[in-house]
Amino acid sequence: MKPEDRLEEKNPIEDLLRMDRIPHIWCPGCGIGTVVTSFAEALKRSRLDLDKVAVVSGIGCTGRVAGYVKLDSFHTTHGRAIPFATGLKLANPELKVVVFSGDGGIFGIGGNHFIHAARRNMDLVVVCVNNFNYAMTGGQVAATTPEDANASTAPYGNFEYPFSLPYLADAAGATYVARWTALHLRRVTKSIQEALAKPGFSLIEVITPCVTLYARRNRLGDGLSLLKYYYDKSEIQHGADTRSLAIGYQDKLIVGKFVDREKPTFLDAMNTHLSKVLGDDYQLYGRLNNGGN
Amino acid sequence: MKRVKADPKGVLTGAHFLDGDFAIAEGALAAGCRFFAGYPITPSTETAERFSERIPSVGGVFIQMEDEIASITALIGATWGGQKVMTVTSGPGFSLMMENIGLACMTETPLVIANVQRGGPSTGLPTLTGQQDIMQARWGSHGDYEIIALSPDSPQECFDLTIEAFNLAETYRVPTFVMTDECVGHMHEKVVIPSPEEIEVVERKWYTGPKDKYLPYKLDDDGIPHMVKAGDGYHFHITGLTHDEKGYPVINADAQDTCVRHLVGKIKNNAEKIIRIEEDETDGAEVVVISYGITSRVAIRAVQQARKLGIHVGNLRLITIWPFCEKRIRELAGKVKAFVVPEINFGQIVLEVERCTAGASRVIGVPHCGGWVHNPADILTAIKEAVK
Repeated sequence: MKPEDRLEEKNPIEDLLRMDRIPHIWCPGCGIGTVVTSFAEALKRSRLDLDKVAVVSGIGCTGRVAGYVKLDSFHTTHGRAIPFATGLKLANPELKVVVFSGDGGIFGIGGNHFIHAARRNMDLVVVCVNNFNYAMTGGQVAATTPEDANASTAPYGNFEYPFSLPYLADAAGATYVARWTALHLRRVTKSIQEALAKPGFSLIEVITPCVTLYARRNRLGDGLSLLKYYYDKSEIQHGADTRSLAIGYQDKLIVGKFVDREKPTFLDAMNTHLSKVLGDDYQLYGRLNNGGN
Repeated sequence: MKRVKADPKGVLTGAHFLDGDFAIAEGALAAGCRFFAGYPITPSTETAERFSERIPSVGGVFIQMEDEIASITALIGATWGGQKVMTVTSGPGFSLMMENIGLACMTETPLVIANVQRGGPSTGLPTLTGQQDIMQARWGSHGDYEIIALSPDSPQECFDLTIEAFNLAETYRVPTFVMTDECVGHMHEKVVIPSPEEIEVVERKWYTGPKDKYLPYKLDDDGIPHMVKAGDGYHFHITGLTHDEKGYPVINADAQDTCVRHLVGKIKNNAEKIIRIEEDETDGAEVVVISYGITSRVAIRAVQQARKLGIHVGNLRLITIWPFCEKRIRELAGKVKAFVVPEINFGQIVLEVERCTAGASRVIGVPHCGGWVHNPADILTAIKEAVK
């Protein structure tokens, strides 16, 4: 098909993508692209100065997001997107820094960084695409794999207890926590938009089918039907007790916005505290209430 | 390279009585470092403590991270946020940093790491000295790359060489290490901090051309690409993958050849400009003692004793460890009977000396596995053995 024959001349989020890197590497039926679309839409609605938005990713399928978004974008090491983002944000407090990575990077190898960034209330938006397995390396068992699900390194089924990401984020001190499935397009967009507007540490978990590995291995059908399955199995419970959010194999998914609270960010706390203790000797760093709009 | 005078806010001009660890923190502040991320580890913690105490009135950030992996990675992020950055650690923490030192090399991110070495392996001797991380500094991360490493032998040099480390890191866009040790780190001596006008600081090589023409890895005439920082509207991309001029991943052997050849070449080709050594009576010497850091202060005693015995001994101190002073060793090889190489490890720099000498002179190592410095008598014995 010639370009002029295309129904739409331009993808609506084309101006936010590195079109010279498209086509992307994601499998047909994967939900990551959908989450990127929601992110782009949220960015547009946020009216943030796009020069001041940076995206940091780790390694893995979702780790490739940084390579496709036309912003200052950093593809770092496996699990280390959050500490990289921490340094970036603290060095240049004007930035709105978004971490876009998978469950393996953020909650497996990088779990320690996640809980500490949440504890400090570092001003970061973390979008975690949870596909229940290590996809880039071939469908190995993860810290998020539901009990009994099959994985290439759990060929007889998983017998470990998985993390509940919103529960962990809540306990560690995150100020905004939401969970959706990739098919909740408008809701994911709205959550990202809210998180972008909110100073502090935010987690948005998006449940996504991994069609090539997790779905095939567990005989869960094609991407589209699994996407729909997750959506149909979900039940919106805003403000649900985060202790009730564990995910069982192909079981009900509680989604919604669970946490939305106010707390000074790391930089606000640093500026306030050191100003109080040191008075005029303290050189204010960045500006107070940084990271807001 | 644009050299400017130091920002007076960070410079504590005057004569002080400081230990090496404190002097490193002062050197960093004088060099313009305004971001420090670290994790406590003996015997390096005093540098972090000093920085955390001083930075609030200078203007900048100190953050104690959850581990050394987070510390080094936060440094890389902070460099791309526009700051000059450093961390300090010791053996176990240095080991944890290795993967992301590779990321810093691959992304050509200037940063400074001070390693106050202690005895290893593993937890080893947390409070006692060692020089056992010399090869790790050079080869510790996976893949082919080059770094710069300096070795101070006094608190004064901890201050001076930390500034130089920042300047080299910016000039070559490479991680630069200050490889000190527990003895120098905890040694208190007079440290003279000059006035800001007397301190030369290398500015980051900022890109100033049109925004849409910026290519993160396009080499400038001097072989070093320009930098920008996040937030300035360049919408650039950086990756740890093998990449092209745009910074985009390219996964093939040709791209790898260009990329890695550059990372290695920018240091190798400038080695003579980078390397600093100190020599005393090496011309015409029968024996040359090669040492660095705290060991050079012990070796000097053995050299003096040998000279009293009528042996013509030269002394060569490595200030720059990496890149290694290959050319100078090759010149001396064959002219001297032997090189004597004391170091507080089981033989690391001695391997480099053997390589460069290529059999033209004898090379006698004086190993020591850490916990204390050499007895000068052991070095003297090796010198006597060398002239037999």
